[in-house]
Amino acid sequence: MKYELVAGFETHVELSTETKIFCSCTTAFGGDPNTHCCPVCIGLPGTLPKLNEKVVEYAIMAGLATNCEIAGIAKMDRKNYCYPDLPKAYQISQYDKPLCQHGYIRLSNGRKIRILRIHIEEDAGKLIHNHGDTYVDYNRGGVPLIEIVTEPDFRSIDEAKEYVERLQQTMRWIGISDCRMQEGSMRCDVNISVRPEGSEKLGTRTEIKNMNSITNIAKAMEYEYERQCELIESGGAVVQETLRYDDATGTTSSMRSKEDAHDYRYFREPDLVTIAVPRERVNEIEARLPELPGQKFTRYTQTFEIPEKDAAQLTKYRSIAEYFDQAIEGLKSPKTASNFIIGQIFRRLETEADKEAFDVRTTAKQLNEMCRLLEAGKLKNNLAKKTLEQMLDTGKPVTEFISESDMAGLDENTLTEYCQNAINAMPAAVADYKGGKEKALMAILGNVMKQSRGRADAAAVTAKLKELIG
Amino acid sequence: MGQIKRIHEMLQSGAITCTELTQKYLTEIENSNKELNAYITVTPDVALAQAKAVDEKLARGEEIGLLEGIPMTLKDNISTKGILTSCASKILTGYKPIYDATVYELLQKEGVVMLGKTNMDEFAMGSSCETSYYGGAKNPHNTDHVSGGSSGGVASAVGGNLAVYGLGSDTGGSIRQPASFCGIVGLKPTYGAVSRYGLIAYASSFDQIGPITHDVEDAAIVFDAIAKYDDRDSTSRGSEPTLPTLHDEIKGMKIGIANQYLNGVREDVKAAVLEAAKSYEEMGAEIVYFDLPELEFALPCYYILAMAEASSNLGRYDGIRYGYKAEHYIGTHDMICRTRSEGFGKEVRRRILMGTYVLSAGYYDAYYKKAVNLRGAIVEAFDRAFEKVDVILAPTAPVTAFKNGYLFGEETDQLEQYLSDICTVPVNTAGLPAVSIPCGEDSEGLPIGMQIIGKKFDEKTILNLAYKYEEKEDKFKETKWGVKL
Repeated sequence: MKYELVAGFETHVELSTETKIFCSCTTAFGGDPNTHCCPVCIGLPGTLPKLNEKVVEYAIMAGLATNCEIAGIAKMDRKNYCYPDLPKAYQISQYDKPLCQHGYIRLSNGRKIRILRIHIEEDAGKLIHNHGDTYVDYNRGGVPLIEIVTEPDFRSIDEAKEYVERLQQTMRWIGISDCRMQEGSMRCDVNISVRPEGSEKLGTRTEIKNMNSITNIAKAMEYEYERQCELIESGGAVVQETLRYDDATGTTSSMRSKEDAHDYRYFREPDLVTIAVPRERVNEIEARLPELPGQKFTRYTQTFEIPEKDAAQLTKYRSIAEYFDQAIEGLKSPKTASNFIIGQIFRRLETEADKEAFDVRTTAKQLNEMCRLLEAGKLKNNLAKKTLEQMLDTGKPVTEFISESDMAGLDENTLTEYCQNAINAMPAAVADYKGGKEKALMAILGNVMKQSRGRADAAAVTAKLKELIG
Repeated sequence: MGQIKRIHEMLQSGAITCTELTQKYLTEIENSNKELNAYITVTPDVALAQAKAVDEKLARGEEIGLLEGIPMTLKDNISTKGILTSCASKILTGYKPIYDATVYELLQKEGVVMLGKTNMDEFAMGSSCETSYYGGAKNPHNTDHVSGGSSGGVASAVGGNLAVYGLGSDTGGSIRQPASFCGIVGLKPTYGAVSRYGLIAYASSFDQIGPITHDVEDAAIVFDAIAKYDDRDSTSRGSEPTLPTLHDEIKGMKIGIANQYLNGVREDVKAAVLEAAKSYEEMGAEIVYFDLPELEFALPCYYILAMAEASSNLGRYDGIRYGYKAEHYIGTHDMICRTRSEGFGKEVRRRILMGTYVLSAGYYDAYYKKAVNLRGAIVEAFDRAFEKVDVILAPTAPVTAFKNGYLFGEETDQLEQYLSDICTVPVNTAGLPAVSIPCGEDSEGLPIGMQIIGKKFDEKTILNLAYKYEEKEDKFKETKWGVKL
């Protein structure tokens, strides 16, 4: 029997606010253990949390970027569980009134992955095991997180990979997280089940934790899919449990069963007041939100007729898209600039990090100037590539690399003279053109170009030739 | 004139230096604390250093503030930097906070002299101060009786003249009931009037810090100094000053008496409260009797919610970062279990277990959720009552101070301890302000207290009424203890 994979994601994203969610300690990654702490984030008796407004704003941005509805009223709740990395023995989170709900992310195959909710909460500290002793570092405790929960809408591992990439791209794009999986600023848990193809009923799911890269997510899902299929095929049943993925062996193993599941005893956090989010505030945040990668992709492919493959590359990082947008200002054909970026500039950016940083010597404005000259015929097509290389090497503007006479182009009299010369010299071609052979004009144009040593503007020559031939 | 103003004038005029005054209190504490057991920690070094600063200011001929140089005490659940803050629990053995509570910060700006930290029921859970790991504080009127709880230490100290005033905390009556038992004044402010930052939480949505004082004017002075908005407490907003209107006429004010508040109250206590009502009538106030049937639900509602919050608030005491840690254990889990079993007293363990139970899956709807809804109904009932009356007059406790050990005696039903809070908890459930003042004594000479309950953030009206009664009747009775000035 063939089995269909069904999966849902719970993703924790660390927000890149300067200070923690409930105190003014820094959120900087690393630091000596317990140096980014204060009485509040180590939960000393008598301390009280104070909600960082930036966290609410960032979560709303995340919600808007994933098509969520933003709640007018939200509240914080306590999730009670006892673990040494949680100094208050409860995590302040959101239970039944999250900030964002009912959103979606659309994948390239057209399918919508529904987002059930996005809520804000605090991160816990870290346990460090050393020579048989266990130490706790609370630096990460109180760093703000959003948890993004999807519906079980994934049907393939490729969809899962694309979703994680898309989420990463979007969160970085709007500047609310660096989403570094290796550093733990983005962490994914996957709920996974299988069912006979064509069946509507959901199978028993397992939850996989502890995957620190997209590759591992794919590997873990593949392993777990196979494991569940084989289990069912051999007459067994999937047990609802939480699994840990082991990177070294590429297998999953049980962390806890359903029976051992925590009873979190959620209740309203009495130390914090209701979070009111007036519609005007959402509108104001929405207005400040940059054009999102999906919107840019649509604009590039539909309005500019840029191929999808190229548009995807241009919208991978906000820095590239913004460079491109600046470079095409006032151009007749944005595709020209796109080709230069993807063809020539990308060759100089070896790693993904280089692409994301997009630190190139030629500014978008300089590229724009070059493209304008090209479109005006003042820079010859066959010289463009070499000129851009020189620009990229030196950071100097295009005008440094073309002569003044090139810049000036041809005056009207000279243009007429060259065109007349060509017509006189090529009577056969003129006859062909008059006879309806459009192509014949190209030969005459070539003659003019030769006379002008490439300085003539093709469009102007064509117009003049048509006028003279009549 | 109130006690604070009287001492202030002595200091300002040079009749006594602040150091002499402080030393008098320290000496009396040394003499009497063995018997009263009001203080857990005495801080002579801190107090004398603070006194010295006041004396230097006086020596320069400067004016000092009303609270400047006045010796006082803090309940041992109010955080003080570098000074043991134990909540009268074994589990906080050796815990010295690294920061000051907002109220202590505010008072330090006023030039306070802090004599030490006072006894209480463990984590403020109790009505007699007897759940304290350090043993209960005794009633200065008769040491065979308890001082009340949970702020029994502050009440014993102030009633026994071992401090001019003190700050306590009131979650279900913990300021008013001991003040009433010890024959002094206790103000439970509106929830949010005083910052809770630094107050070690029992039940966060009920807890409120307030003054326990010798007289009403003192309560007004201290309240005005601490009722400030605090950026570190999201639920705080401060309140209006009460001193300017303290002496206002009360003619025409409507004082409500809810019949349900008198149910189950001992006859002599009831009589004293009704006598006080008559006194108010003589001053031109109008007494309105009315029904408040929702009061019946206040006690179960309070205990469910307070225990639920407590079970969460007390989860952090695990022996890992501070306080007591079990000596023998195998692994982290066992260490936490043993630390908590050994570190918490019986009453605290009981409330944590019950609180955990009412929040558990399957019981949440039956208990916690219902109690939340009931709380809303009680708030609305008080709102409706305050459409008809300006304040509500009620006994502070159904009885006078219990005999030592009575509440935990063999034949005493455990429920009785909880029932003794029946008059005080409705106020906390609704987040209202209330002041307890003495209004008589029983046949054994133990004080009887009454409380005046006001609208939210209307401390000025209840203190005004309390002041007028005190001015007319003055039921304060000296004890044999402490500093006599």
